[in-house]
Amino acid sequence: MNAWTSEWSMAHLVVAPVLVPLAAAGVLAAIGAQHRRVKAAIGLLSCVLMLATAVALLLWVDGQDRPGAFGVYLPGNWPAPFGIVLVADRLSAMMLVLVAATGLASLLYSLARWHRAGVHFQVLLQLQLMGLNGAFLTADLFNLFVFFEVLLAASYGLLLHGGGEARVRSGLHYIAINLVASLLFLIGVSLLYGVTGTLNMADIAAKLPAVPASDRGLLHAGAALLAIAFLAKAAIWPMNFWLPAAYRAASTPVAGLFAILTKVGVYAILRLWTLCFPATAGGSALFGSEALVWGGLATLAFGTVGMLASHNLARVVAFSIIGSSGTVVAAAGFDHPALTAGALFYLASATLAAAAMFLLVELMDRARGVDPDRPSALITDDRLPSFAEAEPPPIDANLDDLAMPLVGRAIPGAVIFLSLSFLVGTLVLAGLPPLSGFVAKVAMLSAVLAMPAHTGPAGAGALLFTLQVVLGLLAVVALSRVGLRVFWSPEERPPPRLRVAESVPVAALLGLCVALVLAGEPALRYMSATAAALHDPQHYIATVQAARPVASPGGVR
Amino acid sequence: MEIVLSLVIGVLTAAGVWLVLRPRTFQVLVGLSLLSYAVNLFIFSVGSLAIDREPIIQAGLQPNLVDYSDPLPQSLVLTAIVIGFATTALFLVVLLALRGLSGSDHVDGAGDRP
Repeated sequence: MNAWTSEWSMAHLVVAPVLVPLAAAGVLAAIGAQHRRVKAAIGLLSCVLMLATAVALLLWVDGQDRPGAFGVYLPGNWPAPFGIVLVADRLSAMMLVLVAATGLASLLYSLARWHRAGVHFQVLLQLQLMGLNGAFLTADLFNLFVFFEVLLAASYGLLLHGGGEARVRSGLHYIAINLVASLLFLIGVSLLYGVTGTLNMADIAAKLPAVPASDRGLLHAGAALLAIAFLAKAAIWPMNFWLPAAYRAASTPVAGLFAILTKVGVYAILRLWTLCFPATAGGSALFGSEALVWGGLATLAFGTVGMLASHNLARVVAFSIIGSSGTVVAAAGFDHPALTAGALFYLASATLAAAAMFLLVELMDRARGVDPDRPSALITDDRLPSFAEAEPPPIDANLDDLAMPLVGRAIPGAVIFLSLSFLVGTLVLAGLPPLSGFVAKVAMLSAVLAMPAHTGPAGAGALLFTLQVVLGLLAVVALSRVGLRVFWSPEERPPPRLRVAESVPVAALLGLCVALVLAGEPALRYMSATAAALHDPQHYIATVQAARPVASPGGVR
Repeated sequence: MEIVLSLVIGVLTAAGVWLVLRPRTFQVLVGLSLLSYAVNLFIFSVGSLAIDREPIIQAGLQPNLVDYSDPLPQSLVLTAIVIGFATTALFLVVLLALRGLSGSDHVDGAGDRP
């Protein structure tokens, strides 16, 4: 394959992260619920394909070694401002890898038993991944809305997966909040369209400096409404009261997948704010940066205090997700590339660790003797549905001495595995050495120290530094308190039974966190290039506007 | 026409916001529907309000906004209606499920307190 054809096929690979899960969801919806193994195989295949595509895109984008946007794809074959555009740049490629990794992990985890708790779990999961991938790839505002709705509609279904009153109640709140946020999103989009006459993000960014002063109020109102919609999804204080209840109520693999969901809001803020309001944007330069910085810092503080106030591991992790959103949004608001690079590294490691910790919650519950498989647990605790009898063991299954099927065979050293995983997750979430959370934190702190004095609102840099250091300590306290209660309590308990399908995804996600440290130097270089490209949007605008349709349909350029 | 449309949007939004803040799930649902009507009308208004103008280019007419109405907001409204309708229907299902599980139509699933 020579360079030219590889370039051509890579450009077409940009649309694959949307098409693969869509096709998989279509096939899965047509297969009856009794063919669980076939459905699981198709879902796994789709996730593996997605991961391969995402990694290939990441390597391709990184290999081009240029600043700015890459991999522009025109699905309708119309030139940029008129047609739909998908863009895979460094940030999108990184988010795609995160989506594929968490999606694959939670799918694998669900295969142990959760995928049997309802009928359309596999379909909804694929649609959720499609919405996420599309939201990270799209380069125009209205398609961002459409993909948001796709991923939200799937997340409503996933949140309710497994049933029970707690899920339905928190699901109702979650849906109501997100519907209102979607309406604000639409108002913001239409205001921006009214002012600039275009929906293409790059085109909006290019036209913003030319907006007359009389329209600037309207433009800022539209941007602010749009930001409220994104910030509500990113769970920025005070718009995050729905998150801990919803994530605690969600079934375990769904909560693991939801670890990436708030990052969509964070991504949209990063993408649009750096694109539309850079320091060079004339009358709108850095519009709203103070709101991002102070809102992010308040969220960081709120999330950590919430961690400290929670006694339940799922709630602790949910609040840590709030805190990590706050960190990234605050760091973005400073408009300082080095700080953004550290924040991106933090985003990647915090997402992976939070997803692993969510998957760990159920396993640790089991270690504490809250065995969800036992019928008594089903009566006292409505978190778990009654699917214990759902599937008879296959005829050829091995049976043990008590004629029970050997599907829940305890893996050796289950407690050691659990405590080691918990320790790794804690170190990453709290940002302690030697793991990836620490690298991210050092990158951010050194960027704050090296920042010119006038960057950001007065005092915010010092506050960010202090909060990072102090709140990291509080996060350790909160997490180790939970760990002590689970692992060091002196009761006699049988060792928990872990399935391989449940242990592998946890280990893999935490392994990725470790890999981020081992490959820390290239990873940080990638993040720095990403941040540099984000804060210099001219390359993105130029690349999108330079995209030309393919001359003849079916022809190779 | 602008005055009438603004009044309609304003009244729908005010009523919708009021209802969304009510504690009964059905009122919240109706409020969300009213809000989405208001937003759809608002999207219409961001193009240019015009009567008897073509959204599709015709021979012999200068291609500018004096002769045509902007077709894009209309397609956006169409998409927003479909998506809004679907999500509202989903909300209705969850509402009914919560009512069945908790025996109450309070948003928190709590019964009436005296």
